[in-house]
Amino acid sequence: MKLPLPELPQFDYIKAESAERAIDLLQEKGAAARILMGGTDLLVRMRNGALAPTVLVDIKNLPGMSAISFTKKDGLTVGAAVTMNALARNSDVLHHYPLLAEAAESVASYQLRNRATVGGNLCNASPAADTAPAALVLEAELTVMGPKGERTIPAMEFFKGPGVNALEAGEFLARINYSNPPKGWKGRYMKIGRNAGGDLAIVGVAVMGYPDKDAPSDFRFRIALASVAPTTIRVHEAEEILAQNPITETVIGMAAEAAQEAATPIDDVRASARYRNAMVKELTRRGLVDVWSSLKKEA
Amino acid sequence: MKKHMISFTINGVEETREVPSNMTLLTFLREHLTLTGVKSGCDAGECGACTVLMDGEPVNACMVLAAEADGVNIRTVEGLASEGKLDPLQEAFIELTGTQCGFCTPGVLIQARALLDRNPHPTVDEIKNALRGNLCRCTGYTKIVEAIQAVAQEGS
Ligand SMILES: Cc1cc2nc3c(=O)[nH]c(=O)nc-3n(C[C@H](O)[C@H](O)[C@H](O)COP(=O)(O)OP(=O)(O)OC[C@H]3O[C@@H](n4cnc5c(N)ncnc54)[C@H](O)[C@@H]3O)c2cc1C
Ligand code: FES
Ligand code: FES
Repeated sequence: MKLPLPELPQFDYIKAESAERAIDLLQEKGAAARILMGGTDLLVRMRNGALAPTVLVDIKNLPGMSAISFTKKDGLTVGAAVTMNALARNSDVLHHYPLLAEAAESVASYQLRNRATVGGNLCNASPAADTAPAALVLEAELTVMGPKGERTIPAMEFFKGPGVNALEAGEFLARINYSNPPKGWKGRYMKIGRNAGGDLAIVGVAVMGYPDKDAPSDFRFRIALASVAPTTIRVHEAEEILAQNPITETVIGMAAEAAQEAATPIDDVRASARYRNAMVKELTRRGLVDVWSSLKKEA
Repeated sequence: MKKHMISFTINGVEETREVPSNMTLLTFLREHLTLTGVKSGCDAGECGACTVLMDGEPVNACMVLAAEADGVNIRTVEGLASEGKLDPLQEAFIELTGTQCGFCTPGVLIQARALLDRNPHPTVDEIKNALRGNLCRCTGYTKIVEAIQAVAQEGS
């Protein structure tokens, strides 16, 4: 392992005064340019030599990048530069999307959460990104800006591989929309790291569930996993088990096993594949038990 | 490499300086403004020794570029005392031995000041939670938490 260098390599910092300017820079410089948000992933990777961009384009101050808005019709829209702390303490987020607040609050330390952004977390496309499972179960849509204008990418199609996202040359993520989830939904983000806080997930599991009269079990669940595959993933097999069978402890156990089977974890500095394998089942089970008991209370 | 003129407020004083693109706020504060109370423990966002207030909120100075500090208000441990009087937190850390080698102390004090500013009467759990990003290799944290608790109870 390379130790972090005290100083950063040379580059030009450019605060983009418009989206057009940012797009021009990204196009002109290609891979040599990178977007800078909180820098909490980027600067670490520049210090250890994994990345060596020559231009950092700061787009945090562009209009709408730090805005959070909520309407009954469109749901929640979060600018890509919204920090984890801003998200976790926003009253609309706490009230309508507590799962998202819980995920944001699980990231790193309080200081770091003042800098770490939701957009950076998603674009970095780490399998361990704590707000990515929530984006998957809430079926978020990512609006990107680029040379051809705006387009929208479903979260389900955004994560392509470790550190690889669906953005094309010249594009940047502008905002994320979490549409209104189905009525009566409940959600939890379950995470274990090496310590109680401030560390990347060894395993992360987002669980959400809602009443649905069309499902044989009267409920539908969505489950997404972090840190147990090359990208964060949804586990449809587990979700199907819970839709098809009347929910009992045994059925929850079967769904947790299906999540375990979908996982393809690796050994790394944080944990062994074997431990991750055991924990993905256990965290899925705990998350389901929790969400299920909240759903039952309201039924 | 580009250079940037930045204007900012540091511990209540307005300043304008020129900084290169790749300089962190941490290096800038220590090497250019000689505010060596701000410590470098890891340069990776892990230890919290470099914690300073930026517009009232704590950040890791090692993860911020100096060029990004244009127009912001920065407070370091050197700016905690005012008119020759220590911050009640500093008094409590002396009184209750919340510090041993002192390396983590500036970051811890800044973090604790920010906590009390947004939540004047935190519970022990809230104090511990707030300090998760501040590593201390000496005290075992108990004395730190007690010192912060003392100020939180008195109210300040
Ligand atoms: C000590 C420490 C602890 C951490 N703990 C956690 C943790 O518990 N959980 C977790 O999920 N993460 C953790 N992280 C990683 C990091 O803090 C988060 O992923 C954070 O949300 C990244 O956001 P940022 O704004 O700092 O991104 P940046 O570092 O600024 O950017 C990340 C990457 O995405 C690209 N990018 C950013 N924004 C855009 C955009 N709008 N359009 C296109 N590309 C873009 C950048 O070019 C860069 O490659 C930790 C990091 C550190 C240093
Ligand atoms: S030096 Fe900044 S967090 Fe350690
Ligand atoms: S007092 Fe020595 S590191 Fe905290």
